[in-house]
Order: sequence, then structure tokens, then C-alpha cells
Amino acid sequence: MTLASVHWSDIIDFSDYGALLSLAWKSVLAAAVLGLLGGLMSVFVMMRDLPFAVHGVSELSFAGAAGFLLAGGSVVAGSVVGSLVAAYVIGSYGVRARDRNSVIGVLMPFGLGLGFLFLSLYPGRTANKFGLLIGQIAALNAGHLVAVVVTTVVVLAGLVLIWRPLTFASTDPDLAAARGVPLRALSLGFMLLLGLAVAVCVQAVGALLVLSILSTPAAAAMRISASPVLVPILSVVFAVTSLVGGTLLGLGSGKVPITPYVTTISFLIYLACRLGGTVRERRGWGRRPAAASAE
Amino acid sequence: MTADAVLRLAGASLAFGERTLWSGLDLDVAPGEFVAVLGANGSGKTSLLRVILGLQPLSAGRVEVAGRAVRRGSRAIGYVPQQRRADPLTPLRARDFVGLALDGHRWGPGWPSARRRDVIARALEEVGASAYADAPVGVLSGGEQQRVRIAQSLVSNPALLLCDEPLLSLDLASQRTVTGLVDRVRRDRGTAVLFVTHEINPVLPYVDRVLYLAGGRFRFGTVDEVLNSATLSDLYGAPIDVVRVGGRILVAGVPDVPEHAHHHEAAEVAP
Repeated sequence: MTLASVHWSDIIDFSDYGALLSLAWKSVLAAAVLGLLGGLMSVFVMMRDLPFAVHGVSELSFAGAAGFLLAGGSVVAGSVVGSLVAAYVIGSYGVRARDRNSVIGVLMPFGLGLGFLFLSLYPGRTANKFGLLIGQIAALNAGHLVAVVVTTVVVLAGLVLIWRPLTFASTDPDLAAARGVPLRALSLGFMLLLGLAVAVCVQAVGALLVLSILSTPAAAAMRISASPVLVPILSVVFAVTSLVGGTLLGLGSGKVPITPYVTTISFLIYLACRLGGTVRERRGWGRRPAAASAE
Repeated sequence: MTADAVLRLAGASLAFGERTLWSGLDLDVAPGEFVAVLGANGSGKTSLLRVILGLQPLSAGRVEVAGRAVRRGSRAIGYVPQQRRADPLTPLRARDFVGLALDGHRWGPGWPSARRRDVIARALEEVGASAYADAPVGVLSGGEQQRVRIAQSLVSNPALLLCDEPLLSLDLASQRTVTGLVDRVRRDRGTAVLFVTHEINPVLPYVDRVLYLAGGRFRFGTVDEVLNSATLSDLYGAPIDVVRVGGRILVAGVPDVPEHAHHHEAAEVAP
């Protein structure tokens, strides 16, 4: 297919939309749930400087899913196992940023290579193979939906429990340690929650694009707010908007998966927030009376 | 020995493997007393604070804060950690930063309350930081961040305030503001202060006693008792000249200590 033969209707097509929507409500619901999950998790992914770790975990999640697919097991279970192993390794061997990045840099190509090995050995349809990397939210069945909802509930329950000490440990580790906050346990606990979140996001947008759910929303929100209440709310709004919006736009097209729609909306929101943040800084964010510095 | 010492170390020693940072350390600090802790890099100043915070066990001896054996997370201690600038994108305002020091160690998301708002606002007001209470911590200047740090250390109304090099990379005006604030706190509240610094002159007007650590040994006493040529020469085992010029103290001839520098300071915090 040459570029000239691509029709606009391949990308955006709203004919028979009502019928499509009634078939795809599960995908839209899953997108909304994942938006809630990604929006909240991404706040801590950004606060703890973990986008690279998300990437590393998602490649191992992909390898796990491909391995289970080859062995005739469940793709969902495989991606959960792969994620948790990666999250545990990164969480326990890489407490400091430099150690962590080197561990991830080693794990990531290994995971991707392993995944491709399993996929090339797998005799089934190539569409399934592609799905693991770029997502398959349009093809979610009721079983997937239940898995997505249950995982999200578990992860968010854990996140709410550790919310405050994790914020403390992430932004002010020296004082948090002195106050008795268990830094190591929190770090590992959060990595395991992150592993579960990645595994479930891989189902929707695929291993390669998990970052657009698990880091872009909060990265955008932090550009325009520094309130610990407003940032998570904005982040959820951004994540839900890009996931649900992307799913709705992508439904109409038979050729293009929803992933590019999600990532594009997510990216545009980020750009807008960056712009907004710059304007706000120019006007003097947090500007205060000069007299304040005098005793 | 005072009966009501806020901080008491008795026969305290700290060693990492072969290397002894200090040993036989006896120290009593009274309420409201301002103690400067001096010494070269790697002499064990920060490790002393970690011991008092309960983050580092002693090799020998005892350490008590407010009459009780130290433990992690004690509310009797306020702590201003070594200056590390907050990341510019930290999603917290100055008042949230202070709030974490108040209840950040508790589980759950935490709910707003009038009492909590009040405690935080009063701490910020006490250090003159109310004007930027709603500014993101990441955009505050070094001096402003140190004020917020001191507000953090005040919310639990501690009996002992530990400051780890709080003047590092501050301009002279901010140094004066920070030392003045710490002095006011100990006078108003009777909080004992342990002030780790490599530079005595900014705190000279306030210091009651000096703890000088060097080469595994120490001297503890008033400024005059410790910061003189004879005492420091004896401590270092090398000729040291201490000169007083226009109300400032200059120390010349301190030998280069073999730098194991910060290996113990970078040690991970055990869960």
C-alpha cells in the first residue's frame, strides 16, 4: 500500500458508528478504567523518576506474554508474570537511580529479544503477535475486562494505602528516613504495584507505548500545577481523555489500531501543558513580594 | 552531668570495619544549648547525626534523647538534612512539604483538617515563609528552601534540633537568616541544637559549646577551650595555628585527612 492509496476514511471514519459503539462498549469501559489507573500511577512514576523503569518492565511483560502464548498459556498471566519478575529485580537491585538505570538497560534488550524469539517460534496468526507490542483494546472480551477491572482495583487499593509515605519517600528521602518511613519496603512495594499496572496496560496499548499511559499524563499535569491534590486529578483527566478519546476515534477505522490515536492525544495534551507552564513561569509562578526575603 | 540532658552520649563509639570514626564519646547537651559540630569531611559528623536519629547503631556505648534510648522516627528530634535542592517539578507546595514532616510517615492518603492547616501555617509563619507557602518547593531559592526546612523541623515541637550543614551553598545574607532563625528557635522554645558545619564563623555569636571531631578523636568544650592552637595541635598530632582576627576564627595547618569521604554517608537506609 503506497501513501497515495491511503484514504482519509482509513484513519477517521464515523459511518455505522452507533452500531460499532454498541459492540465496543467493553473497550471504552476498559479504556476509562485504565485511564484512572494510569493517571494515578503516573504521578508516582514521575515523582520517583521511573519512566525508564516502566519501559523496562513493559519489555519483560511482553516477553512473559509471548512465552506463555508459545507454551499455550494465557497471555494475560504471562504478561503479569513477566512484569512482576522485572519489577522485583529492578526494585530490589536498583534503589539508587544509577544502579537502577543500569539494571534496566541490561534487562530491556534481553526481554525484547526473548519476546521476539518466542513470537518467531509461535505458529499462530501474526495479528496476535503484533497485538502484544501495540495493543489490542478493540479486541477485548469480557474475561479481559474483568481482569483489567480487578487488577486496577487491587493496584489502586495498594496505592491509596501507601500514598502519603510514598509521597514523602519520593520527594524528601532523607527526612522520610529520619521520620521512620521504610524507604526500601516502599520502593519494592511500589515497583510491584507498578509491575501489575504495566501488565494490565500492555493489554491495552501494547508494550512499546505503555509510557503514554504511565508517565505522560502526570508529566503534563506537573507542568501546570504543583498541588498534590490537583496534579493527580488532572493526570487522571488527561489519561482518561487520551484513552477513551483514542478508543472512540479508532473504533471507526478498520485498518489503524487505536494506539496511535491514544498516543497522539496524550502527546498533544502534554504539549499544551508545557506551553501553559511556560506562560505561567514567564508571568512568575510562585512570585511573591520582594519584602518576604527580609527578616 | 546535668540530670535533664536533652541529648546524652556515654562511651559512644562508631567504627566501620577497621576504621574508627570516634570512640569514648561522652556528651551531655542541655535544653536550649547550641552545640556546633566541627571536623573535616569524613570525620564522622553526619554519622553522629545518623546515630542520634536511630538510623545507625553505635559500635559501643549508649545514646539517649530526652532520657530515652534513640529510635527511628522519634518525634523528639527535628532534623534539617544536608541541602539537596528539590527537583523543579516536585508536585508539592511549601506548605505540603511541611505537612509531610508532620504526618508523612502515616499510612493512607491523609485528609485535610483545620488543625493540620493551622500547625503548618504557624510553622511557616515562625520562619517568615508565609509569603511563599503556596509556591512550588522546586522554584524556591536555596535560602527559602532552608527556611521551609526549619519550619518542617518545628512542626513536631522537638526537644532537639539536628542541622546538617544547613549553610552549605547559601549566600551570606541567607546564612545569617538561617543561623538567626535557629538561634531564635532555641531561645523561644528551649530546643537544644546540634549544628554540623565546617565553618565556625557564621555561628560563632550563638555557639555555647563545640564538638570537634578529627582522626578518630574529639574535643568537647566552649569555643575558647577547643578552638585554640594547643588543643587542635594535640587533637591532630600536628602543629595547628588558630588565629582570631576581628571577631573571626581562622584555623591554619589542618593536615589533609585520607579521604574515605562520604562512603558511610551514602550508606543505604535499612528498612
